[in-house]
Amino acid sequence: MSNTDFVLAVEDLTVSFDGFKAVDSLTMYIDKNELRVLVGPNGAGKTTVLDLICGKTKSTAGSIKFNNTELTKLSEHEIVRSGVGRKFQNPSIYENLSVYQNLEVSYPKGRGVFGSLTFKRTQEVEDRVRKVAEDIMLTEFLDMESALLSHGQKQWLEIGMLLMQEPELLMLDEPVAGMSAKERDQTAELLNRICQNRSVIVIEHDMEFVKKIAHKVTVLHQGKILAEGPMEKVQADEKVIEVYLGH
Amino acid sequence: MTLWEKMKASPVLGGKEGVISLAVLAAIIFVVLPLGLDIFRLNLIGKYLTYAFVAVGLVMLWGHGGILSLGQGIFFGLGGYAMAMFLKLEASDPLSTKIQSTPGIPDFMDWNQLTALPWFWEPFKSLPFTIFAVLTIPALFAYIIGYAMFKRRVGGVYFSIITQAVALILSILIVGQQGYTGGVNGMTDLRTMLGWDIRSDSAKYILYFVNGLLLFGAIFLSKYIMSSKFGMLLLAMRDKEERVRFSGYDVSNFKIFIFCLAAMMSAVGGAMFTLQVGFMSPSFVGIVPSIEMVIFCAVGGRASLVGAVYGTLLVNYGKTVFSETYPEMWLFLMGGLFIAVVMFFPSGLAGIWDKYATKYGWFKDKAPAKKLEVSTSKVEAQAVLTETSIETSLATDSTGVATKRSPRKKADATSAIEGNKLRGAEA
Amino acid sequence: MFGYSMADIGNIVVMQGFSGLSMFTVLLLMALGLAIIFGQMGVINMAHGEFMTIGAYTTVLLSKVAATYGFTNYYFIFAIAIAFLLAFAVGYFIEFIMIRHLYKRPLDTLLATWGLSLVMQQIFRSTFGAKEVSAELPEWMLGSFKPTPDIDIPINGVFVMVLAALVTFGVYMFMYKSRWGLRVRATVQNRTMAGAVGINTSKVDRVTFALGCGIAGIAGAAFTTIASTGPTTGTLYIVDSFMVVVFGGAASIVGTIASAFGIAQAQSILQFFMTSSMGKVSTLLVIVTILMMKPEGLFASKLRK
Repeated sequence: MSNTDFVLAVEDLTVSFDGFKAVDSLTMYIDKNELRVLVGPNGAGKTTVLDLICGKTKSTAGSIKFNNTELTKLSEHEIVRSGVGRKFQNPSIYENLSVYQNLEVSYPKGRGVFGSLTFKRTQEVEDRVRKVAEDIMLTEFLDMESALLSHGQKQWLEIGMLLMQEPELLMLDEPVAGMSAKERDQTAELLNRICQNRSVIVIEHDMEFVKKIAHKVTVLHQGKILAEGPMEKVQADEKVIEVYLGH
Repeated sequence: MTLWEKMKASPVLGGKEGVISLAVLAAIIFVVLPLGLDIFRLNLIGKYLTYAFVAVGLVMLWGHGGILSLGQGIFFGLGGYAMAMFLKLEASDPLSTKIQSTPGIPDFMDWNQLTALPWFWEPFKSLPFTIFAVLTIPALFAYIIGYAMFKRRVGGVYFSIITQAVALILSILIVGQQGYTGGVNGMTDLRTMLGWDIRSDSAKYILYFVNGLLLFGAIFLSKYIMSSKFGMLLLAMRDKEERVRFSGYDVSNFKIFIFCLAAMMSAVGGAMFTLQVGFMSPSFVGIVPSIEMVIFCAVGGRASLVGAVYGTLLVNYGKTVFSETYPEMWLFLMGGLFIAVVMFFPSGLAGIWDKYATKYGWFKDKAPAKKLEVSTSKVEAQAVLTETSIETSLATDSTGVATKRSPRKKADATSAIEGNKLRGAEA
Repeated sequence: MFGYSMADIGNIVVMQGFSGLSMFTVLLLMALGLAIIFGQMGVINMAHGEFMTIGAYTTVLLSKVAATYGFTNYYFIFAIAIAFLLAFAVGYFIEFIMIRHLYKRPLDTLLATWGLSLVMQQIFRSTFGAKEVSAELPEWMLGSFKPTPDIDIPINGVFVMVLAALVTFGVYMFMYKSRWGLRVRATVQNRTMAGAVGINTSKVDRVTFALGCGIAGIAGAAFTTIASTGPTTGTLYIVDSFMVVVFGGAASIVGTIASAFGIAQAQSILQFFMTSSMGKVSTLLVIVTILMMKPEGLFASKLRK
């Protein structure tokens, strides 16, 4: 459990729910500027791993170090403030606020009670919102009530909300679910763009999409790592083929 | 810029419509009612308006924050009792209580064989301490409850039930501890404040206006909070609490703050109640008054600060009229009101007003700020719609509003940035 | 000498404990109905106490009829059945016109059912008058056992306990062993899926709600054996019953039984040592404090998502 150069070092991570080990002695390292994709059949523990990293679920044993800071002891908002952003499986945006407001709320200033009471919309905030809106292709929808966006646009908006926080580690749970083919391509470009200066972990089922974005792939099965490496290597792996096709 | 233009442009006041609605309310409270009513009736209105403090607090807590407290009577009562303790001590000077076996203590203590003033009564001999207590004790109490519950992420109906239980406990306690509290009769026969006779007509007029000013103070404070990032976060939390937490906010702190603030406002209302009505009793503390205060807020429109004041006035006026003439009808009406408001008019009077104001285009330059309020009920309505097919009244009602609104949104596109600055959600 | 006073204290505890047991049975029956409605459906029914009052008035009325036609000795069995059916029917109707429109808005349900409770109280008052009325108990329920010369155990207390035990067992069988119970649990866990596999979820909701109300009706019948009935009888028990349900963990029958027992006994015994209001205050205060520290209740497996 020594200090490392990795952005994220997950070591011997275990969580059990009533004796069932959803994640079992998992060890995984994420490099700076790396885009890692987690794949695996349903129930493999992918979402649980993200839950553990962002503090939504508390681990039973093991350590998660982010820039050599132990995350398992921190509460959710502290983890976020240390630089970890998380997108949920279902687009989780504030439907009763406008797109602009959704992004603004995510701006990492005025996070305390009194800070939020005195928060002013400065030019800096304005610029940042417009910049992110451009990144996520929603500039022309800034003033729309976000409930009226399409499913794919909602996914983008949530990614944009994370980008507002400038996280060093971005975790995306199925970002292209419910998207059209064109939207998938646009999202792939978006992801390739945004991992320029941060690390990204993505959970995804769509292998075509994974191929487009992944630097490295980790295959999870029953809470353990089955294989890890570049896409081609993993795809050729006997065990992986068996898990995906063998039954 | 003229003052009018400044006010219109202020994000706190909520655009032209916001300014007008505040001005109308101010005119009613400060001009129309004082000119049109005798002092007896005006004093009655003053009493109703003390409940409006609670309703305004509930608009923030429940309407915007989605936290339904069924224990606001606790704080109203604590504020009211703190003020009553001061006034009671002043009314119990040794001279006017010389027939008691222990002169100089409140009469109910004497009846209950107390021979000395209890220690916690001592500081209430001082008016500054009493005012300090009105502002802090209920807020502190709310902080303890809020901290215990929100830090452990207890919310929704659990919070409602537990606050209700606390209201029950407090009211039983007050009734049970007669010697310290005056029991079920409460503290009566309050006369003067620092020698000023609060029962005189002139005092009643002054207290009415002070009460009105304080209420407007509470409304402006709430408007400011709702138009700040805090207000936006409150709406965000009501919708997706988890997302707010994972955007780096400690959600519980925001909830505790707004709960304490609502408690503090209720306490000010309670203190003003005692001053204007001249007594305080446990019947303003327990379950029933606490939940009735929620309905004042719901009738006016749970998301509208101004609406809450109208709702309070209207329901209480109805209550006075009906309990004078047909007492048995009142429970039917009150019960029916609860059911009707929840089922058919979840946005209350403000929602109905809003619908017609939009329909006839009364406020052309109105900011998209209004969107928030309507969208809430629409989302709710859609949720209900997908659940059961027979939700016609509510669903068509709100989606009807929505469709009428959407073209306006496009028209508003140019003033969009401006609109975003106007993010307060109230009428 | 010391042994004698110990025996005395023992007798007091047994008898006081027994008076607590009567309250326990009423609380348990009330809470079972609530637990079904709240624990399974997430609906807060503030009018639950009034469904109990329906059962109580039914029993009282039937006892008058029985006295006239001379079947006082066995009317009570019918009373239980009719109290259940009547409360069930009213619950079924209320679910249809009101509750089902509010499933997505639990806080609003709470307010609407509070309104309903006001309306029902006024109906009781207009129909039966504001005065409290009591049922004529059959003669065989009036006596008492004397296991030792110093201990009196009232038969009506034993009777309602047996009744509560039967109802609890029935609820358990219904929820966990019957097809209906399976459907209810399936609907709770995944409404969409349950609908997709052919369960009529809106009917399940309606019957579940009505069942909870029906059990409150039985609680009302049991209530008449220990106290007299008035229009606001139900309001006396509603907060206590909610505390029982929350304290016991919303979806656990064992938890409900244990917490009903604990709360009833604590109140009964504390009331012996303090004034009745302070007994109640202390009990509620302890519960609220525990709930603030352990919000998921004592027996629940989970409360948070």
